[in-house]
Amino acid sequence: MAKSKEKLVPVEGGVIPERDAGTPPVLEARHLGIDFGGLTAVDDFNFIIGRTEIGGLIGPNGAGKTTIFNLLTNVYQPTRGKILVGGVDTRGKKTYEVNRMGIARTFQNIRLFKALPVLDNVLIGMQGQMQYRLAGAVLRLPSYWKQEKAAREKALELLSIFGMESLAYTPAGSLPYGAQRRLEIVRALATGPKVLLLDEPAAGMNPSETAELMENIRKIRDTFQIAVVLIEHDMNLVMGICEGIAVLNYGQIIAKGTPEEIRNNPQVIEAYLGRKGGAAGC
Amino acid sequence: MNQTKGKTIPMPVRYLINTVLIALLVFGSTAYVNGGGVSGYVTKVLMVIGINIILAVSLNVATGYLGQLPLGHAGFMAVGAYTGGIFLKAVNAAEASGAQYLLMVAAALLLSGLVAAVFGIVIGIPALRLRGDYLAIITLGFGEIIRVVLTNIDEVLGFKLTYGASGLKRIPKITSYGNVLVCVVLTCLVIHLVMKSRHGRAILAIRENEIAAESCGVRTTYYKVMAFTLSAFFAGVAGCLYAGYLGSLQPTTFGFMKSIEILVMVVLGGMGSMLGSILSAITLTALPEVLRAFEDYRMVAYSLVLVLVMIFKPTGLMGQYDFSMSRILERVWGFFDRSKRKEG
Ligand SMILES: Nc1ncnc2c1ncn2[C@@H]1O[C@H](COP(=O)(O)OP(=O)(O)O)[C@@H](O)[C@H]1O
Ligand SMILES: [Mg+2]
Repeated sequence: MAKSKEKLVPVEGGVIPERDAGTPPVLEARHLGIDFGGLTAVDDFNFIIGRTEIGGLIGPNGAGKTTIFNLLTNVYQPTRGKILVGGVDTRGKKTYEVNRMGIARTFQNIRLFKALPVLDNVLIGMQGQMQYRLAGAVLRLPSYWKQEKAAREKALELLSIFGMESLAYTPAGSLPYGAQRRLEIVRALATGPKVLLLDEPAAGMNPSETAELMENIRKIRDTFQIAVVLIEHDMNLVMGICEGIAVLNYGQIIAKGTPEEIRNNPQVIEAYLGRKGGAAGC
Repeated sequence: MNQTKGKTIPMPVRYLINTVLIALLVFGSTAYVNGGGVSGYVTKVLMVIGINIILAVSLNVATGYLGQLPLGHAGFMAVGAYTGGIFLKAVNAAEASGAQYLLMVAAALLLSGLVAAVFGIVIGIPALRLRGDYLAIITLGFGEIIRVVLTNIDEVLGFKLTYGASGLKRIPKITSYGNVLVCVVLTCLVIHLVMKSRHGRAILAIRENEIAAESCGVRTTYYKVMAFTLSAFFAGVAGCLYAGYLGSLQPTTFGFMKSIEILVMVVLGGMGSMLGSILSAITLTALPEVLRAFEDYRMVAYSLVLVLVMIFKPTGLMGQYDFSMSRILERVWGFFDRSKRKEG
């Protein structure tokens, strides 16, 4: 798919890319909000993600972006509002259950299983797709061999998206920073998600790595036909691949729209640059 | 994890070689010990070493692999010991023989493990649902409660079960070098097989990063309880062996210091290394025997060793390195391969 951007069309609850209009949205937040003590970190957050959309969530530091990911994955319980995954309310579900419903994520502050080999990091992501029981493991029943072999092959295949197969037996903690971020994406993909939430995937990467990442995110979306929501400060990346963008400031959405609309929105410019044009945010 | 360049031994061959080696170790050394190859005293020390290996290796599941800090391992050992002791007395194992005797011993070991495991589940579920250090506090309490209950339950409720502070006596002495060794091998084998599976990976993932594990679809509470229960099960088995070794039990044996003693073995060996747990269980059991004259200073030596290891090798002697028979075999194999090629 050479051209990536499509017109956004209105559906109930927001806008999604035209190609996804025929299928129900995969992810929806309605009037979502959370308070930490007296602090309202997120308030009245509404968004809707089409089945194969790449969405962006931007805003200055402390705006509440990561908090929204924590809400979407039920790491935090919302104070107000609700989240729908494929139309199903996730209220009261555990984080692992939300993952199995199709939400996978990466972390802004990398959270790999550092002491474990790269391959095992990916295999842990496939936990939900393996079924053999404890007895199957202890007795090394055929189910063990079959599922382990299949999982291993699939894990290596996923690693090859980022050309990381040769690192399969390296401890994840000893990878360079950029590779750790890529491994987090592979691990998230391994869970077989419908939506991939990426929290600052390009942080700490150089421009060429970032460009490559951008291509890979698009490739992942095209190959797996899933939706991606990314939080990013790198405007080239965000404007380059996101179809719909929501801008957050002090926990509130201040603008929503296509990259062009966002780029020219005076409120966004103000939030990012300040009224007098100083360099704030990022 | 153990990728070696060059030749790798195919899976069935590896399993066959491992099985043969283990069988040789078990039958060979048992025949040697039973045939009078070592003195009765040495045999006893070997049995205690074996029991301590099971205790250390099982505690390592909860500390090293799961990353929790249970302080009541001796409590599970006590549950197993009293269960096994009472069972063995009840079925009158001392008078049984042949297949019936073997069956009774196996049943006692299994039952002790299971009862300890039930205690593990009951304590683990509330303690492990919470994030943080609650487990340390709750297990510490559990260990003490078990000891106090064992001391007082007969007086209070009028049972004739544990015989309180005077101790449970005349337990059939079922523990031998052979069955200790079989239990050691089975314990290590089962734990190894669990850890090298999706279940083991889930347990390790929780240690590494609980939030990330849960975000990857790992049922964290379930696996925490599973690891903790596995740990309790084998502590119970070790307790049963201990009961059958001593022939009498005193509640005071299973105090807080016993739990710490086991923990020291695990920490010294390297949290998360089964080989480390085994080696330090051997060392810390044999050392006081070798240095009989200095036994008064055993606890001093313990603390000193701990402090020194923590200063110079904070990850324990073996770190997280784990033993792999195939890795060693592959090295040997590769060595012969090369020397053959040189000759040719
Ligand atoms: N667990 C928490 N407890 C209290 N305050 C929190 C917590 N998590 C986030 N916050 C607060 O919520 C606000 C938004 O944080 P965050 O979502 O991390 O911002 P960002 O947009 O940079 O990702 C910040 O003021 C932060 O201090
Ligand atoms: Mg953030």
